[in-house]
Amino acid sequence: MKNLAITCSALALTAGAALAEGELNVYHWSDYVAEDTIANFEAATGIKVNYDVYDSNEVLEAKMLTGSSGYDVVVPSVEFLARQAQAGVYAEIDKAALSNYGNLDPKILEIIAVNDPDNTYGVPYMMYTVGLGYNIDEVSSRIDADKIGSWDMVFDPETAAKLADCGIAVLDSPSEIMAPALHYLGLDPNSEDSGDLKQATELLLSVRPHIRYFHSSQYINDLANGDICVTVGYSGDVLQARDRASEAGQGINLTYAIPAEGGQVGFDMMAIPDDAPNPENALKFINFILEPKIVADITNYVYYANPNTAATEFVIDDVKNDPGIYPPDAIRAKLFSVKPHSSRYDRSLTRAWTTIKTGK
Amino acid sequence: MSAAPDTGPSSRLPGGPMIGRVLERLGLGGRGLVIAIPTLWLLLFFLIPFLVVAKISLSEAAIARPPYLPVWEWVDGVLSVNLNFGNYLFLLEDPLYLSAYIESIKIAGISTFIALLIGYPMAYLIARSPENQRNLLLMLVVLPFWTSFLLRVYAWIGFLKANGIINNFLMWTGIIDEPLIMLQTDFAVYIGIVYSYLPFMILPLYANLVKLDQSYLEASADLGARPATTFLTVTLPLSASGIIAGCMLVFIPAVGEFVIPALLGGPDTLMIGRVLWDEFFSNRDWPIASAVAIVMLFVLVIPIMLLRKAQSADEGAS
Repeated sequence: MKNLAITCSALALTAGAALAEGELNVYHWSDYVAEDTIANFEAATGIKVNYDVYDSNEVLEAKMLTGSSGYDVVVPSVEFLARQAQAGVYAEIDKAALSNYGNLDPKILEIIAVNDPDNTYGVPYMMYTVGLGYNIDEVSSRIDADKIGSWDMVFDPETAAKLADCGIAVLDSPSEIMAPALHYLGLDPNSEDSGDLKQATELLLSVRPHIRYFHSSQYINDLANGDICVTVGYSGDVLQARDRASEAGQGINLTYAIPAEGGQVGFDMMAIPDDAPNPENALKFINFILEPKIVADITNYVYYANPNTAATEFVIDDVKNDPGIYPPDAIRAKLFSVKPHSSRYDRSLTRAWTTIKTGK
Repeated sequence: MSAAPDTGPSSRLPGGPMIGRVLERLGLGGRGLVIAIPTLWLLLFFLIPFLVVAKISLSEAAIARPPYLPVWEWVDGVLSVNLNFGNYLFLLEDPLYLSAYIESIKIAGISTFIALLIGYPMAYLIARSPENQRNLLLMLVVLPFWTSFLLRVYAWIGFLKANGIINNFLMWTGIIDEPLIMLQTDFAVYIGIVYSYLPFMILPLYANLVKLDQSYLEASADLGARPATTFLTVTLPLSASGIIAGCMLVFIPAVGEFVIPALLGGPDTLMIGRVLWDEFFSNRDWPIASAVAIVMLFVLVIPIMLLRKAQSADEGAS
């Protein structure tokens, strides 16, 4: 009985502490933190974290534009952040409250500032590329070595035809596929010209019969299980599939490559909605993520590169030296980033995408 | 309710006579309350959301929160109303929307027909089983609902995929050498819809068939009709209202279905739910998305009215 009473008062104490420190509502991409990141934050600060996940920028955007989401930290990609900031849904980041802000790579902040002037509304979380994930054995038995790791695998009808039987999957994201298609044709990936869009649409229609499906997360499992052999996907997602496959031990060898011709680089940004109920805790969370050891642990777990220069020494060698995660300078020079589109162009793009997918 | 239809709540509630009298003076007697609850329900959960969507459908998209312009504004005592019917006209401009509606109706219609072909014999069998077995059989029909709808659709992915149970079995028996491509096709969508909505077909059919008076069938047989003739000229017409109710309960949700085609369908499975998703999420055009939804509602109103007519005819008959 006495023990019970002590336990009860102890519980009451911790509950009191939790109340004093308050809560934090995080809305984040699925599979995008290390297993212990959230627990470590709770232990370090006493703040109770409510953690929800999404798997597309569009879903997050709909929540933000509706308002009163109740979230304190969200993580849109930078081109989405730019447009949402224009709609006035984010609070300015109080950089003075972020003691670890100086750890961020100034070169990356500069690139991001093109979309988010003065880095007003977002703090970079991770860097990703959109490239090719493939099953090494299946692919090399079907196509020539010089085509492997080139956009030809999905954009050249002859090459794609040879891979169709083992399965090609493509992200269901018009902007992230149209940009490399334009780039492949030697056009500006950010072009809003209707003639350019038409050319890219025709290119995709020419390989359409060889594409099994369009989906933004299903390919992770399907690659790992051998249901498909080529995907256009996000770097870290493909690398997570590679790990799952090697754990399963079914002899499926996967790899991720930023295509030789170059590909899209993107940034996911931590931002605070202007109606966040706990903005101070949100800043504490962002500052926690900016700690070199913490963000390095995340990179080691999710295989996305972080923009934190102080963190690099804590990143394990296998990850640091993987050209798919930390691209060497030669590849880095060929990367391009995507800008937000006008509403009119977005409509044409979605319409073209429907044509590509359905033939209508 | 039929035991004491006129007494109202006053006789039921402890200390109720007072409250009952007050309610009655407000015009809320027993009957009034019974009608008021579903009316309030419809008002809150159907009419008001419908009006909100209708309002958005007459607006214009904008980069703002919420992402559309206000339909009416009250400035300095002047009410200005901006109704933008362009969204509806736009749906006519692009053949995409029409073909999506047609495709949705086609897929829903074929699925309903298949569900009827499978559901009718099952309902008939349950209705003709010994009374003590019927409840068990009905339980088996309803049992899948105890598992999440989403999980049941995911289970079909496991069955149908290239590396899945069906293909592995067929390859093991040697019937096929290469896996059949079943997932991400219209075929998989039909399986998903028929499987998910079959209980909605069976239950109203059962309720109807179980009431069927055996003496009609005996009379038909006595007059020399073969079983097939009896079925076509007696059983089938008498169960018409059950067929209509079952078909509507399958058809209406199937037209607007999003989850099944998204998970099982191929990229070329164009259903209106997908178009709506694209308008709402990819284009961020809430007004067009709302217009698509309103038009879909009207596409569905006609079958709903048929259903109501069948139901009232049924009630009138029994």
